[in-house]
Amino acid sequence: MSTPLLEASGISKRFGGVQALRDVSLAIRAGEVYGLIGPNGAGKTSFFNVLTGLYSADQGEVRFNGQPLPLGVPHRIAGVGIARTFQNIRLFGAMSALENVMVGRHIRLRTGVLGAILRTPAARREEADTEARAHALLRYVGIDRLANQQATHLSYGDQRRLEIARALATEPKLLALDEPAAGMNATETAGLRALIEKLRGDGLTVLLIEHDVKLVMGLCDRVAVLDYGEKIAEDVPDVVRRDPRVIAAYLGTEAVDA
Amino acid sequence: MSVDPKLKARLGVVLIGVALAVLPFVVGASFGNSWVRIIDFALLYIMLALGLNIVVGFAGLLDLGYIAFYAVGAYLYALLSSPHLAIAFPQVFAAAPGWPVWAVLPLGALVAGLFGVLLGAPTLKLRGDYLAIVTLGFGEIIRIFLNNLNAPANITNGPQGINNIAAAQIGGHALNRPLELFGVMVPGVHLQYYFFLALTLLVIFVCLRLQDSRLGRAWVAIREDEVAARACGINTRNVKLLAFGLGATFGGVAGGLFAGFQGFVSPESFGLLESIMVLCMVVLGGMGNIAGVILGAVLLALLPEALRWGAVPLQQTLFGKVLIDPESLRLLLFGIALVVVMRWRPAGLWPSALRKRELAAHGEAA
Amino acid sequence: MDIFIQQIINGLVLGSIYALVALGYTMVYGILGLINFAHGEVVMIGALTALTAIGLLVPSGLPGPVVVLGGLLIAIPVCMTVGFTIERIAYRPLRNAPRLAPLITAIGVSIVLQQLAMIGWGRNYHTFPPLLPAAPHQFLGAAITDLQIIIIATAAALMAALVWLVTRTRLGRAMRATAENPAVARLMGVDVDRVISFTFVLGSALAAVAGVMVAANYSIAHYAMGFMLGLKAFTAAVLGGIGNLGGAMLGGLLLGIIESLAAGYIGDLTGGFLGSHYKDVFAFFVLILVLVFRPSGLMGEKVAERA
Ligand SMILES: Nc1ncnc2c1ncn2[C@@H]1O[C@H](COP(=O)(O)OP(=O)(O)OP(=O)(O)O)[C@@H](O)[C@H]1O
Ligand SMILES: [Mg+2]
Repeated sequence: MSTPLLEASGISKRFGGVQALRDVSLAIRAGEVYGLIGPNGAGKTSFFNVLTGLYSADQGEVRFNGQPLPLGVPHRIAGVGIARTFQNIRLFGAMSALENVMVGRHIRLRTGVLGAILRTPAARREEADTEARAHALLRYVGIDRLANQQATHLSYGDQRRLEIARALATEPKLLALDEPAAGMNATETAGLRALIEKLRGDGLTVLLIEHDVKLVMGLCDRVAVLDYGEKIAEDVPDVVRRDPRVIAAYLGTEAVDA
Repeated sequence: MSVDPKLKARLGVVLIGVALAVLPFVVGASFGNSWVRIIDFALLYIMLALGLNIVVGFAGLLDLGYIAFYAVGAYLYALLSSPHLAIAFPQVFAAAPGWPVWAVLPLGALVAGLFGVLLGAPTLKLRGDYLAIVTLGFGEIIRIFLNNLNAPANITNGPQGINNIAAAQIGGHALNRPLELFGVMVPGVHLQYYFFLALTLLVIFVCLRLQDSRLGRAWVAIREDEVAARACGINTRNVKLLAFGLGATFGGVAGGLFAGFQGFVSPESFGLLESIMVLCMVVLGGMGNIAGVILGAVLLALLPEALRWGAVPLQQTLFGKVLIDPESLRLLLFGIALVVVMRWRPAGLWPSALRKRELAAHGEAA
Repeated sequence: MDIFIQQIINGLVLGSIYALVALGYTMVYGILGLINFAHGEVVMIGALTALTAIGLLVPSGLPGPVVVLGGLLIAIPVCMTVGFTIERIAYRPLRNAPRLAPLITAIGVSIVLQQLAMIGWGRNYHTFPPLLPAAPHQFLGAAITDLQIIIIATAAALMAALVWLVTRTRLGRAMRATAENPAVARLMGVDVDRVISFTFVLGSALAAVAGVMVAANYSIAHYAMGFMLGLKAFTAAVLGGIGNLGGAMLGGLLLGIIESLAAGYIGDLTGGFLGSHYKDVFAFFVLILVLVFRPSGLMGEKVAERA
């Protein structure tokens, strides 16, 4: 097996009295859909926040593509190719769907103050290209007809899709989705599943936090389970499902059986 | 309609251009040249408000000390275009520096921008409301220094301010003197008007270009959701600093123009209430909406005059005396406007739906 | 006379006043996450109302301290009403508005109050009549007046009462629960709106007392006095750790002492370059330094912004 795309080792994070992450290590291979599950408050989102640089870790390091990841510096992490969505959707509300995706291109663009003011040929080309790509991404996630709608006026499911399009605009190698199916009805969830399958088919690596066990078990190549900030299991879905520690962790909250 | 929309737009631009060109003559002839002077000030306020709009309106950073950059530009112009330095430091300056305007204005812009970056660098990571207080503090510090830096070395001449500032000279002609052009006497206030108008148009142009660029989008993204903006790969610190610096630059230019126009600067013109007035222009017109901000600046620049002409006689007829003097009435209205606008019209007077409709129309055309 | 001890005494007096005002900022911030810019103006209204009342009471021939107490007892309910009204009219409708909205509103309210005060009380300075015993006592080589002792003692008593109220009463518990998490507090049956109103009213009452103290201490009151005072008290709250009651008290005292010492020594320290008229700059420097290097303040807990 080649070196993994992402390798987190010994990540710990504490908030006052809460140990949100305790010595978490995991490795994600290129091209796989990797599930991260666990009861509420297990530390899944905290792991995402560390991974994408929004929180700094107390301990531990992450290697991405063999290079150490600049933890705590979100824009550089986006630059090396990790993009994410948020559990509670965070779109730029006053902007159109198209503009939201165009913001996602920011780090791949070069135009500076002077270029913008003088609208140099290079700046003009870049701007046109950005708009074209943004439209293409909206088409990819299936909401191009809503390109000029204000983001807040989109339906819930479409907002989730828009967040994915915005994340894809940064040209990630790893796409991290934080509970993308939360609040979706069955049809929307099926559509989301098809979209993630399409992403996998196009060679993207996906890290997926999800409470919808059916979705996780059906979609993921491998699954890790967090409980009270600790990784208690990591394997293919069929094995994880039967793991007694996992069952114990979920007991009384929800069944692991799909 | 069969009229080509492009042609219509061009026609509109030409009409506005003609209107702006004849404005000082029409106003001067109908109401007197003191009103042209008021329009000149309105242009200065438009520049200031557009500068603050980059910081508050686009990037969502509440800067309550913005007038400090105006002060920096004004004092720099004053020092370099008045005899003050030669009088205060005869050993150093044999004569008044007397720098030309095309050198002083860019320098003022640069120094103000530098101040913006210097003040911004340590503070921009603060939460929004803390930033507001810190910028307010910086603004007050600058004012206190302007007030007191007359001893032991007389740099600012303290509360008396600096006098005898030379007006801007263009092509060897001082703009405060009338000029005969094609047999028509053009008064100084008119010349200043055209000078200010040119620079205001430049500022508007720069703002429009920035708004529709990668940077403009990044500012609005930060305003809308800073965490998401960071996750999208925006280096929020640099981009905010840029907003701060650019906003300050505009303030510096406006300050230099102000000094050359007035011929006199003193710390009084750069108090917190001035910062708040510019903020009012931005908020009232519509944060982030360039046309709205211009409208806000014009309205609030004309308000004191309207009050002087309207409120005083009105109070006299109603109560037989002036109960509230125009100055505090103006401030009172500012305060009420801030509260009322935030409560019922947070997007400002200029309907922001306009921009949305524009977007929709653009989409249909494509 | 010992200048150092003298400046410490002056600083304690000033600091007690700052602390009372800072408590108002910190309580509101703790519960609403809002900087109530207008709080300084409430202090000003307290001072001017009390002075007007005192002016009316003086001819009655009552003893000086009773007259002052009477002024205070009139100023307190007036300020409480003002605080209550501000919250109801300006802030409550904006609970869920974007974050800049309440802040801009607060600035607006501050200007409105200041201008109304100017219309009502005029632009003139109002002097505080010499009703309180001002004879200085010798203390460690410095002078302390009865008034200064009264100010320090009253502030200490009020702060103790406040701590008791917040830690020992039902209402205090409701306040703390609301500060912790309004949604949860509401679920547990706390009337969050009432708690917020009460917080404003309580802060305004303290502001009224502080206003009278300032007026008595400087023998003067003015419609524009609230701005700088409010800013300094806010600095004190931030210095101590905003949202933290003990922090506001500590921050207030510290800032008062820093300012007094700075005013006393700045000339010597800068070789005469900067004089005592720069003393207002100190508060800002303290504020900026604290916010930049330790935004959580001396006693505040460091909390990460939730992502
Ligand atoms: N910024 C923060 N400040 C304080 N505590 C935090 C912060 N972020 C997370 N926590 C705490 O860390 C723990 C883990 O939270 P996290 O959001 O990572 O859980 P999660 O697994 O994503 O849960 P959920 O399924 O509910 O989304 C929780 O106890 C949470 O309260
Ligand atoms: Mg989560």
